[in-house]
Amino acid sequence: MSKKPRVKVPKQAKAGELIQLKTLMSHVMETGNRKDSKTGKLIPRQIINKFVCKFNGKEVMSAELQPAIAANPYIAFYAKATESGTFDFEWTEDGGEVIKASGEITVS
Amino acid sequence: MSTKSTKTAVLERRQVLKGVGFGALALAGTGLASREALATPEKATEYLAKMTGGAASKEGRVTVKLPEIAENGRTVPITISIDSPMTDNDYVKSVFVVAEGNPSPEVISFTMSPAMGKAEVSTRMRLGKTQNVRAAAIMSDGSVFTGTKQVKVTIGGCGG
Amino acid sequence: MKYTKYVASAAGLLGLGALLVACSPAEPKLESGYDFATPETQAMQDDDFSNPGFMWVDIGAEEWATVDGEAGKSCESCHGDLSTMKGVTTSYPKYNADDKKMRALQHQINNCRTEQMKAKAWKWESDQMLGMSAIIKNQSKGMPLNVSIKGEAAPFYEKGKEFYFQRRGTLDMACKHCHIDYPGVKIRAEVLSNGLPNGFPTYRLKWQKLGSLHRRFRGCNSNIRAEPYERGSEEYTNLELFLTHRANGVAVESPSVRK
Repeated sequence: MSKKPRVKVPKQAKAGELIQLKTLMSHVMETGNRKDSKTGKLIPRQIINKFVCKFNGKEVMSAELQPAIAANPYIAFYAKATESGTFDFEWTEDGGEVIKASGEITVS
Repeated sequence: MSTKSTKTAVLERRQVLKGVGFGALALAGTGLASREALATPEKATEYLAKMTGGAASKEGRVTVKLPEIAENGRTVPITISIDSPMTDNDYVKSVFVVAEGNPSPEVISFTMSPAMGKAEVSTRMRLGKTQNVRAAAIMSDGSVFTGTKQVKVTIGGCGG
Repeated sequence: MKYTKYVASAAGLLGLGALLVACSPAEPKLESGYDFATPETQAMQDDDFSNPGFMWVDIGAEEWATVDGEAGKSCESCHGDLSTMKGVTTSYPKYNADDKKMRALQHQINNCRTEQMKAKAWKWESDQMLGMSAIIKNQSKGMPLNVSIKGEAAPFYEKGKEFYFQRRGTLDMACKHCHIDYPGVKIRAEVLSNGLPNGFPTYRLKWQKLGSLHRRFRGCNSNIRAEPYERGSEEYTNLELFLTHRANGVAVESPSVRK
């Protein structure tokens, strides 16, 4: 399945308001501990190992994921609305591939 | 092959079985069976101590929310919230989450900032069996707080 | 004396009537698998964003508008907006005169692809097929299932029913032993449900992905140590008809979240 992120950023908020951000990334999160049932060989680890959220270029939150995170990693958290701008989200996969998504918010 | 060497071989096999038998049995069927050593409460503590720089930690301010009973250990919703004003002077710097009974203790860690406004994160984790999940938070003043939650993981009758 | 005799026989008839009702296969309104789930699993389904099944709904939305095959068509070229699919799937599986048998939604989608679009058929459990069936069924979310078992469909319903009550596998169990006799009761640590199809394709926590009803059938059959049938086979399509009829009146939840 293609690695496609879903992000939920409220379109509007009042200054000082607490908003919840939700992210979902399609990924199998292969642990590296499983064996292929046909060949008996270990399936190499392949996970999303890092997640970063920035607002207008400044880091809000980041996370380092381990194989103990379930497939299709879901991360939800909060941010305080201060000004209008863009939330940028980045997921880094083992091997270095980076998948990006973003969401705009208007703060009044 | 002589009788003696056969006996030795049997003994060796027994020793091996004694050593790994229980671990392997406990893990069979969980889908998390691992060639690595199992995490233990001690290993989880060791890992947290390393991540928090060995600072003395106190119980409290950290709440780990997990279902009492997980319907399936492969996808278990978890929320970690820390009692903090999340202001520029007083906020949570980082959070480390560990599991005591998974193939390895590390689950996820977060680097936080005052821009979050509220120190609460949710994700979904894998749990190999019934165990404790712990979180340690390092505050902006360097103090460390911890919270724990036990979660029961059932092995269902229906695979499919 | 005569009078009491009448009363007694009337009471006897009533009793017999009650007994017949109790034995009749027509059950009270059945509960969805949702009602058997834990609050955490229900919460995951309740929010379209946190429901991971919607990742496949996104795939379906993309495919709906994607031109594929020699005819140079997309689903949209013939059907227009996705909203035209509202209510369509509640009557599936449906009898098809060309095939002279029942069509599940997946059969219909592949028929559109090969006949109208001149495109390659999708595999039953492919992300595209899961996505397309999820988004089409999602258009009917909240609507009651309503399949017909009359006329041409009748013999297929009978076959599905026979399958449902047929003991099979090393464990010698029929579908009905779990899903009619013991819903709400635990088998080891697992709570048995009515086994209804209203949430499929479903995101199973165990699978960690979206999966079809026929995949679930295969799992159930393997569990009772029986040889599973192929996805999309006549056997499973007839069984789907029986199950869907059993669930007539229960609201569509696709894509649901289950343990």
